[in-house]
Amino acid sequence: MNNFQYSRAADVADAIRLLAANPGARLIAGGTNLIDLMKENVERPSRLIDISRLPLRKVEETADGGLRIGALVPNSDLAYHPLIEQRYPLLASAILAGASAQLRNMASVGGNLMQRTRCAYFYDTATPCNKRNPGTGCSALDGLNRNHAILGTSASCIATNPSDMSVALAALGALVHIARPSGERTIALTDFHRLPGDTPHVDVNLGAGEIIIAIELPPLGFAQNYSYLKIRDRLSYAFALVSVAAALELEGNAITQARIALGGVAHKPWRSLEAEAALRGQAATVDHFSHAADLLLAGATARAHNGFKIELARRAIVRTLTQAADATPQSQSHKKIA
Amino acid sequence: MADVTHEIAERIPINLVVNGVRRTLDLVPWTTLLDALRDHLALTGTKKGCDHGQCGACTVLVDGRRVNSCLTLAIMKDGAEITTVEGLASDGTLHPLQQAFIDHDAFQCGYCTSGQICSAAGLLAEGRAADADEIRELMSGNLCRCGAYPNIVAAIQQAMGRP
Repeated sequence: MNNFQYSRAADVADAIRLLAANPGARLIAGGTNLIDLMKENVERPSRLIDISRLPLRKVEETADGGLRIGALVPNSDLAYHPLIEQRYPLLASAILAGASAQLRNMASVGGNLMQRTRCAYFYDTATPCNKRNPGTGCSALDGLNRNHAILGTSASCIATNPSDMSVALAALGALVHIARPSGERTIALTDFHRLPGDTPHVDVNLGAGEIIIAIELPPLGFAQNYSYLKIRDRLSYAFALVSVAAALELEGNAITQARIALGGVAHKPWRSLEAEAALRGQAATVDHFSHAADLLLAGATARAHNGFKIELARRAIVRTLTQAADATPQSQSHKKIA
Repeated sequence: MADVTHEIAERIPINLVVNGVRRTLDLVPWTTLLDALRDHLALTGTKKGCDHGQCGACTVLVDGRRVNSCLTLAIMKDGAEITTVEGLASDGTLHPLQQAFIDHDAFQCGYCTSGQICSAAGLLAEGRAADADEIRELMSGNLCRCGAYPNIVAAIQQAMGRP
């Protein structure tokens, strides 16, 4: 770890001020990803601004019947929060599919959105990486790319976003509330993370001096018909090869609303409005789910080792939608896939 | 990687209550809680395995919650209560988890054991595990390369008072 200075922010305004005054500084809350990256010399901040004691730990009901979640709510507290368990079980399930109990106790909601790819080349400072050192090239393109993206890739980067929580938030239509020197702004979660394009070093649409202060969930929680299915190399405590968050509103067997988001396959949680529109008004059948999977995976491309992900994703989408329609969501403890 | 500075940071005084004893430390900011416990307080029961939050050997309780001490900066926990494996027994009587690990032979080399036991203490406090599958899932952050998992699960079940 490089030497760094340490400041404890007194409030959000103080944190913004400290960020502006220290261009090489980084915010720290749970630290589970940042400290790891600092130990690897991937992150070398001149100063850490500790925001972990700021009063951003509430889960509050909004006027329209949604929820506002403070950016510093620990992942475990959110997953086990009664209002999340009752109204947004898809989000609870996705959070519990990620990391370990210890890491979920430490990690904040805002930090989860900010976590960086686990691409091995991004971590290995001996190899070129456009995300770590812009302009040096992408080692994964012709390297070991079994874990890498199949959707939304670019010639500069094929890294994936590692978050499970963000996949559920994308499906639920969450908003990100951001504080900045001139006030506050709100952005859709699906617009918060970026595709790599030719600027893969910029993961998210967060400007200088901006801080995530809350996540907002809209009222519709899909609490009846949902499932989060995560496929990985071991049954727990591993990043997704493919994950699927599925949420349906049904009238009888007819789909009135569908949300599907994919993890492990792109630089951001992957949704297709076309696939979701195609399901509306249709019967909840495997044939229709397969068609939606085709639309979600339209344009998917593979490198040397990750072609299996396309068929894996196709089958996982159908399976997860079936679980959602049957109201038999995937258990994150009892691993048999129904 | 703009604006990297290499000035030497000042030591920062912090207070921790470690296993019920108040300790004052002057630490450079990049000292992890793990290194503070082992190198500054000579509490070497907490182990450094991977040092990257992947193995769980460094698990301790901070204000009653299990965390990876290797990914925790000590200065960020100023004022916190820390419980390590050395703080679980009371008056010479082993913690029920410690006794259960002995009863079930829930270790071989022992390197992961203090992390397993502290993690299990956190698991019991959380009260989220009701059966063996849930114990396995919620203990997945603690690796045992000797493969003592069946006996670890059995030991935790004994400490939970469940068959």
